[in-house]
Amino acid sequence: MNATRLLAINEFVDGLRNRWVAACILLLGSMALTLLLVGSAPSGSTGAGALAISVVSLASLSVYLLPLIALMLSFDALVGEFERGTMLLLLTYPVSRWQVIMGKFFGHLMILTAAITIGYGGAALITVFTTDSGTAGWQAYLTMMASSLVLGAVFIALGYLVSVIVRERSTAAGAAVVLWLLFVVLYDLGLLGILLADHEQQISQALFSFLMLASPTDTYRILNLTAFDTVGQAAGIAGVAAKQGFSVPLLLSLLVGWIILPLLATIGLFHRREL
Amino acid sequence: MNAIELSNVSKRYEQKTVVKNVQLKVRAGERMVMIGHNGAGKTTLMKLMLGLTRPSEGQVQVLGGDPAVSTSSKRQTLGYVPESVAFHGAMKGREVLAFYAGLKQVSTAHYNEILARVGLKDAADRRVSTYSKGMRQRLGLAQAMLGEPQLLFLDEPTSGLDPSLRRQFYELIDSLSRSGTTSLISSHSLNEVEARADRIAILKNGALLACGTMPELLEQAGLPIYVQLKTAEAAVNSVAEKMGWAGEVHKLDERNLEIRCMVSSKMELVRRIAALGDTVEDMNIVPPRLDEIYNHYMENVQPQ
Repeated sequence: MNATRLLAINEFVDGLRNRWVAACILLLGSMALTLLLVGSAPSGSTGAGALAISVVSLASLSVYLLPLIALMLSFDALVGEFERGTMLLLLTYPVSRWQVIMGKFFGHLMILTAAITIGYGGAALITVFTTDSGTAGWQAYLTMMASSLVLGAVFIALGYLVSVIVRERSTAAGAAVVLWLLFVVLYDLGLLGILLADHEQQISQALFSFLMLASPTDTYRILNLTAFDTVGQAAGIAGVAAKQGFSVPLLLSLLVGWIILPLLATIGLFHRREL
Repeated sequence: MNAIELSNVSKRYEQKTVVKNVQLKVRAGERMVMIGHNGAGKTTLMKLMLGLTRPSEGQVQVLGGDPAVSTSSKRQTLGYVPESVAFHGAMKGREVLAFYAGLKQVSTAHYNEILARVGLKDAADRRVSTYSKGMRQRLGLAQAMLGEPQLLFLDEPTSGLDPSLRRQFYELIDSLSRSGTTSLISSHSLNEVEARADRIAILKNGALLACGTMPELLEQAGLPIYVQLKTAEAAVNSVAEKMGWAGEVHKLDERNLEIRCMVSSKMELVRRIAALGDTVEDMNIVPPRLDEIYNHYMENVQPQ
């Protein structure tokens, strides 16, 4: 366990050193603040607080941005060390291969945690203290922060899988972009396409829900848009998904599954790899 | 006790066999040098001994255990300097060492001493990306020295170092070896390692051609030696005639000649030269040069 902790801290310190942490905090913080301030304007008329309203817009943005940040952190994690030759040396130390993966995972998770907590959390605090929007919807906002972290973790794990499979950094970068496009853009476009083409309405709502739950990004969307009534009012479209009655534990465990499976696959492939 | 024992070890990658049926024992406290051309299997053998790859056939034992068991406490007692040692460029020298010390679970107290020993004391707080090749190599040795290792693996440790750094590097290794560290060094230059090795293993195309001390290798190679004589004036022809039994005789000039003879007839030759009295004014015995020995093994010896 000691080695895992050491590797995690090393990874995090590395993130501080090369300004990754600072850049992420700045990016997420400024985005959240903008959306919160926009959200606080109409709050008087609808009755929903800025926090609740901005959960919808922030979640929609996080769905693009967090997977991107997570993949940029992780695609290089293994293949980069193979290429530089640092992995060779590391594995002659009393460290197991699974500890290398888990150490990096926790380290990268710490970077995302810092970025989300300080970026999103800080923006929320600023809004609460400087406007009169109040604290209504803070539970939904916290849930959004927590689930954003989980979404980030999913793509860190997927990034490792890419990183352990490919042989070159440049391939890993390309594969990460494809992965991002696939899960964040193309999958949803595909679903829309299916719906549009389905004139006879042969696709049942159950099947459609299943297809949505097959993607971690859609799972994240559903989780944030339906978990709280206050958000649902603001979201509008949420009514559709809310009828399905997905419970928060179900959605969360799906996301956690998207973390565990790629991590296990990465560890398995890493163990079989000859250096 | 043997620090390293390889029995009938082979390693294949897909169709290519990179290590062929190697038997090798390295005794504790010994300085063993592996030499061979590029692609002779030196690095793969080292990776097998470090447990980074598994043998396709045969057995590898390091410090009495399987090197592939990563959690083994034995890993704390071995050091490795890879062929092209790489570190995270953004880290300072001291931070690099602290990180590896943590992994080896050795006290961080003696970094300063190690940094001083490898001559990086003044550069310890600079980023590794500003280091020269030689400094990086020495930082590589510094991390391998953490925790006073029993066993050191050095994969072409001096490639890219200038002669004076090279000497310093070997002095460090010598001082470690005096304190009982077993070391396994790979190199492709016999000239460089001859004086540093207790035994030398010669590899070609993944097979072990020979292994032994320098005199043993010389004897096995059966290469001729050269005996150079300086004769009294006008005696060169008569001396050449008398020595013709020992081997080829070359007249170099009016006073000097060279006899190419086998090691087995060396002493008899010396006795007969001594018997010539004043006729021979000076004598010089030249053993085969190292590159000759190396070439002999590369060209004429087939693996068993």
